[in-house]
Order: sequence, then C-alpha cells, then structure tokens
Amino acid sequence: MRLSPDQLIFWQHGFLKLNATIVFTWGLMLLLAAGSELITRKLSTDLTRSRWQNLLEIVVTAIEKQIEEVGLSPARKYVGFLGTLFLFVAASSLCTIIPGYQPPTSSLSTTTALALCVFVAVPLFGIEDQGIGGYLKAYAKPTVIMLPFNIISELSRTLALAVRLFGNMMSGAMIIGILLTITPFIFPVFMTMLGLLTGMVQAYIFSILAAVYIAAATRSRKAAPALAKPGLAKPELAPAT
Amino acid sequence: MDSSTLVAIASIVTAGLTTGVGCMCPALGEGRSVSTALTALAQQPDASATITRTLFVGLAMIESTAIYCFVVSMILIFANPFWTHVIAQTAGK
Repeated sequence: MRLSPDQLIFWQHGFLKLNATIVFTWGLMLLLAAGSELITRKLSTDLTRSRWQNLLEIVVTAIEKQIEEVGLSPARKYVGFLGTLFLFVAASSLCTIIPGYQPPTSSLSTTTALALCVFVAVPLFGIEDQGIGGYLKAYAKPTVIMLPFNIISELSRTLALAVRLFGNMMSGAMIIGILLTITPFIFPVFMTMLGLLTGMVQAYIFSILAAVYIAAATRSRKAAPALAKPGLAKPELAPAT
Repeated sequence: MDSSTLVAIASIVTAGLTTGVGCMCPALGEGRSVSTALTALAQQPDASATITRTLFVGLAMIESTAIYCFVVSMILIFANPFWTHVIAQTAGK
C-alpha cells in the first residue's frame, strides 16, 4: 500500500522524476490559474455579469470577510497569499471526486512546502508592518526568558501545520483504501463524502491559522485584536444579563 | 523468538495502542471544548461568529494530536524503519 503519491512515478529519467504529486500539483495550478484568467478576462461592472464572475466574486469576498474577522485590517493586501493557500488546499481535496486522482496534499512534501510558505510569510508581513526591530522585539515579550520558547513555538507550529494537513488528507485516502478491501460496495462512497467535508474544513483551518499567525506578528504592538493567538483567545463566557 | 518476530510483535501492538489511546484522549478534549462552546453559544448567540471560529481553530489544534498518533501508527505498520533494518540484516547474512 502506498503511503503517499510520491511513490507513484509516471516518468523517470536519471535524476529527474515525475511522480503523481508533481503532476497533480501542476494540473491544479493550471486549473486555478487558467480558470481565474478566463474569468477575469472580461469583467463587467454593470448589473449584467456572467455567472462565473459571480462565483469568483462570492469566493473572494467570503475570503476577505474571514480575513477581516481575524483582525487583518486591509484584507485586500493579504488575500493574495491566504486566498491562494485556501483555494489550492480546497481544490486539491475537492478534486478527489475525479477517479484516478490523488490529492497532492496527501504527500508530506507538498504540505511541508505550504507550511514553509507560511513560515516565511509571517516574518515578512511582520517586518513590513513594524520594521525589523519592532518585529524582533516581539520575540522577547513578555520577558526575555520567553525568547527560546517563542522561537520553538515558531518552528513547532510550522511542523504542526504540515503534519496536520498531511495526516488528514492521507488518512482519508488510507481509510478508503482499507474499506475497499473489507466492504467494497457502498460504504466507501460515504467515506468519500466525509473526506470532502474534511478537506474543506482542513483548507479553512490551514488558511485561518496562517491568518492568525500573520495577525499575531503584525499587530502585537497595537491594541490586542479579538483573536490574536489561538491559545490565548477565550470565548466570552460572561453570563448574559 | 528471533529479532524479526520481536520487531513485528512490538510494532503491531504499539501501533494499535498508539491509535487507541491517541483517539481516546483527544476525543475527550474535543467533547469538552464543543460542549463549552455550545454553552457559550446558548448564552451569547450574538458572538456566534467569534465563538465558532475560535472553536474551529481549537478543535484543529486538539485534533492534530490524534493525527500525530495516527501518522506514527501508519509509519509503524507500513513504513517501519526497524523492520526494514532487520530484513536487510537477515538478507545480508
């Protein structure tokens, strides 16, 4: 049994390999880029607009609204990065309804690449917002003793992002594979439906966690937003009067 | 018992234990957090957006521990490094 689509190799020539992960990632990139290009080629601002433009507007405004709620104030600035993450992860799990397709996010290399993008983007956005000194000072808060722990948390949450997405996607494919050998007729269909739901939730969580990390890096000097860090944010439990 | 049998027994038993315990404890944690979030939702329906988003982020954090256990047991069963080592040693003899 294959643990990841890395081991399904389509073409090999010496050092170069074309495995299923790369091929399906390229396919998804082509689908997303060509789809957006085709839709945005003829945008209209009056009331008669195409249905595809409506679809794209719904998606983009929904993502922007979510980013605003996390506390990143000009959402248009961050929607390019966070929205791409969301759309790629969501599309890679939605395409599992195509037979023969394997989601590239069920390979640890793809999810590590996505998590490394977040790992690089968080300091970049933070430095752009507060300058290098202001960003680096945030590591020594509340005291200098917390410095190594802050650095460790920076690394461990990158690892957690990668392994969480990989584990969820891989377990979906793995469970369907195991169930096909036990109850091959109806039950895998329901697990596929559950896998679609899990994929959408994971895409949401991946992008919202990236947004929370960026928000924590950019706004730590200003007034604390409603959800600065997931570990510190508490739902308001004050009794309703 | 030779060493390959011992490695196989240890791997299989540990894989089962890992997934068992690693599903049980995050399930308890997720149940607690969902019930608390439901209480908060019932008390303050206006704050539902914030509560739901925080709940989702927290559930993802909790669930990732279960996912780690699952990944470890999958590695133990399908991609066991010790098993590969023992097999390579036996073949080398």
